[in-house]
Amino acid sequence: MTYSLTWFLRPFTILGRYSLLIFHAFVSLDDFRTYRKNTFNQMMRIGVESIPIVALAAAFSGAVTTVQVSYQLVSVFLPATVIGSVVAPSMILELGPVVTGFILAGRVGARIAAELGTMRVTEQIDALEAMGLNSTSYLIAPRILAGIIMFPMLYVAACAIGIGGGIAVANLGGYLTTQEFVQGAQDFFRPFDPYFGLSKAFVFGFIITSVSCYMGYFTAGGAEGVGKSTTQAAVMSCVFILIADLVLAVTLL
Amino acid sequence: MILLEHITKQFNNTIVLRDVSLDIPEGETLAVIGRSGSGKSVLIKHAVGLLTPDEGRVLVDGANIHEVSYKELRRIRRKFGVLFQGGALFDSMSAFENVAFPLRTFTGKSDEAIRSRVETCLDMVQLPDIGKKMPSELSGGMQKRVALARAIALEPKYIIYDEPTSGLDPATSNHIDELILSLNEKLRVTSIVITHDMHSVLAIADRVAFIHEARIAWTGTVDDIHRTDHESLLDFVRANEYVIGEQTSASEVSLHP
Repeated sequence: MTYSLTWFLRPFTILGRYSLLIFHAFVSLDDFRTYRKNTFNQMMRIGVESIPIVALAAAFSGAVTTVQVSYQLVSVFLPATVIGSVVAPSMILELGPVVTGFILAGRVGARIAAELGTMRVTEQIDALEAMGLNSTSYLIAPRILAGIIMFPMLYVAACAIGIGGGIAVANLGGYLTTQEFVQGAQDFFRPFDPYFGLSKAFVFGFIITSVSCYMGYFTAGGAEGVGKSTTQAAVMSCVFILIADLVLAVTLL
Repeated sequence: MILLEHITKQFNNTIVLRDVSLDIPEGETLAVIGRSGSGKSVLIKHAVGLLTPDEGRVLVDGANIHEVSYKELRRIRRKFGVLFQGGALFDSMSAFENVAFPLRTFTGKSDEAIRSRVETCLDMVQLPDIGKKMPSELSGGMQKRVALARAIALEPKYIIYDEPTSGLDPATSNHIDELILSLNEKLRVTSIVITHDMHSVLAIADRVAFIHEARIAWTGTVDDIHRTDHESLLDFVRANEYVIGEQTSASEVSLHP
């Protein structure tokens, strides 16, 4: 009976601990200089160092979408410009934020959880607390701030590179010219779309960094625990990205 | 003064501490001894508020550290220097940066003053030339000594040592013991030392607390150990093969002169 109750209440317990952790991280930021330096360092690690893998994933996403749209839609009834009309909004609305999110859930989420998890099991977090520092604001706030600042930037880069990849393949494969691609993209462009994509990137940035910080911060059980936290951080970030993707689409579109 | 009153703590239905009370007056060095897993580290984590007791309270200079605000708790924690069992050095920072970290964070000292203080602290632990090395480049014993340098950097009022001499060679262990004694004598630092090393206990402790079966089973001065008839403590002490008077090994030791 007690076990069943504990099992039933577990999601609420986790949600409560997660909320308190994030709240605690931001309520007592007392030395702004320290946090500014840490945030800048995290922006480099989370954002700048992720550019190559995000660029690669985005370029291939745009290229493959271009080939598939050409295969599925272009016919005697639809002009080739439809490729631009589909690829550009797909990158802006869905592929840009979600592909970037998945890539970073693995790269950034796992890294954050491994770093904080190792700090936890080697008592480095206890050492920070014992010195009189708020370890959550010192470790977690800069990572979340870096995430919500850099993810939208990476999203913009991913969209540009993805659309660029689509245009490159369209030209190389002889599907359509750059002018036709751009014309197609402009025909169905809605000014709201980039804002929607940016909103997603912002939310995904928060999800990945905060979930991974939670997993890492509460790591227990030595090296095995660090491995478990790292895996859970990547998996749970992806799960929450999918859920948030649907919720945002339903509420904002 | 640090006062632990009726501390009870359990993890996953296992009681680690049961109604434990201890007082550590200012200027005293208390050694907490006991077998592995007896709850010694758990006990000292309560002293700095890293763990919250299920029952009981901890008073530091009269303030109940589990009732004060988090901001006040952090202010109280700055009175402490803690040497963790594994050193707990920040592995993204060099040895120098580790020792400088509390100085940079909590003092408005100039870079030159911080450098001078860090060098003094590293000299005290006999590691004057390793400032640029990363923790991963240092041996376990050296990491522990750098961690000790970091713990004393802010000249704390209270120092907690969790196994300060474990993993160190006998000469370095003796030096750490001397350092603890000297801090206690010169700065009137109040210390809690968790250790298995009876040689250290005899060298540095004013008073000894023996934890057994989740309780403080025995307390007394170092001299009292020689006269005790507490069976569990005697077993623990004999297993340490320490030296008393003219005798040289546990097998030869009679604790009832």
